Amino acid sequence: MKAAAFDYARPASGDEAVALLAAGTGMAKALGGGQSLGPMMNLRLAQPDSLVDLRAIAELRGCRRDGTGGMETVLIGACTTHADIEDGRFDDPSRGFLPRVAAGIAYRAVRNRGTVGGSLAHADPAADWVNAMAVAGADILVQGPAGRRTVAAAGWLQGAFTPALAEDEIVLGVRLAQWSAAARWSYYKFNRKTGEFAEAIAAFVVDPARDLCRGLIGALDGPPHVIADARGLLAALQAGDPAAADAELVAAGLPPGSYEHHIHRAALQRAAAQLKGNA
Amino acid sequence: MNDKPTSPLALTVNGRKVSAVVEPRTHLADFLREQQLLTGTNIGCEQGVCGACTVLVDGVPTRSCITWAVSCQGAEVRTIESFDEDETMAELRAAFTAEHALQCGYCTPGMLATARDIVTRLPQADEARIRLELSGNLCRCTGYVGLVRAIGRVLEARRQRNLAEA
Repeated sequence: MKAAAFDYARPASGDEAVALLAAGTGMAKALGGGQSLGPMMNLRLAQPDSLVDLRAIAELRGCRRDGTGGMETVLIGACTTHADIEDGRFDDPSRGFLPRVAAGIAYRAVRNRGTVGGSLAHADPAADWVNAMAVAGADILVQGPAGRRTVAAAGWLQGAFTPALAEDEIVLGVRLAQWSAAARWSYYKFNRKTGEFAEAIAAFVVDPARDLCRGLIGALDGPPHVIADARGLLAALQAGDPAAADAELVAAGLPPGSYEHHIHRAALQRAAAQLKGNA
Repeated sequence: MNDKPTSPLALTVNGRKVSAVVEPRTHLADFLREQQLLTGTNIGCEQGVCGACTVLVDGVPTRSCITWAVSCQGAEVRTIESFDEDETMAELRAAFTAEHALQCGYCTPGMLATARDIVTRLPQADEARIRLELSGNLCRCTGYVGLVRAIGRVLEARRQRNLAEA
């Protein structure tokens, strides 16, 4: 099918983009790579009156190292593509975590055009960046009519396809702290077919230098379940006690005995084993 | 609708500068087929799943059915029609023939765009990697065996040549 008619604008600045979105009174959509919005519009699941293409905004492209709150951080521009990250065409603060996540998104042709900011704004709970950025402890930078603000990635999803982003706001980028040389991570994604959205995602990020051991149960019906202190869970899973995960799985809304409980538990076990292997 | 929104578009298609006026809702595949009469690009699912419409935009494989033509302002687009003189594509075409990598041919333009990306970007790719990379291009005729062999054959020939040159 073909998309319904819409107007198109390609602003050169974030301010201009925000003004265009505000003028659209809810019927204007920001466009990144369009790799989710494109199919939705072709299927007429989405019929915005206008698209505001963010790809010409210089500030949203590229990636730079900066310092925030006394920490060494890296800001990844919203229009950075998944392929940019997969190929390492950015200053990676995550010791290979982000490139590994990027390489598992959809297919190469989609990764060549799809953007980090677009994926976050689309907010599919089964997509990779909403989950990976949550377990990475990233911050998402947003600009709106009232100025700029920062949202912790762990709190980004309000529900399925509902990000903490107003209709007249745009994603500027994602900020991550530099991980230490001792940092380790694992990311396990369960798909029935290569390149499709995940049925279950589990991940661990451990960075002793920052006293951090975070876990994630993702690809849920709603927001991902972040386990702020996963030391006990990780130790139990690595010691071969999968039942230790049940409390967190129930807290993530996965009732015992259900198919979802089972596959998310298997994903957690495999992520824990992968982390051990990465030691 | 009497006042269809339109936008000007200037880009390069197969090495030729093109200026056009498009409806923003026109995706790149329709623009190439209907306005540029480049019908080598096939449209399958129109939702980014099947890969039949894969073309090169600024040198990299892109789904033309979920990329708005208007968003390709200033881009360099290459379709299957532009590869007659391309040595890598000639090698792939010969390998596709030798290994029976197509039957009906509908997926072939997209397959060749992806295959060229595999052999140029991933010189060390093995069979498992070729299969992984091909997961975004659907072929309902061949069962992929011929496709994987054809791409593997070109990769191996390129590796041998590099060894010979080294």
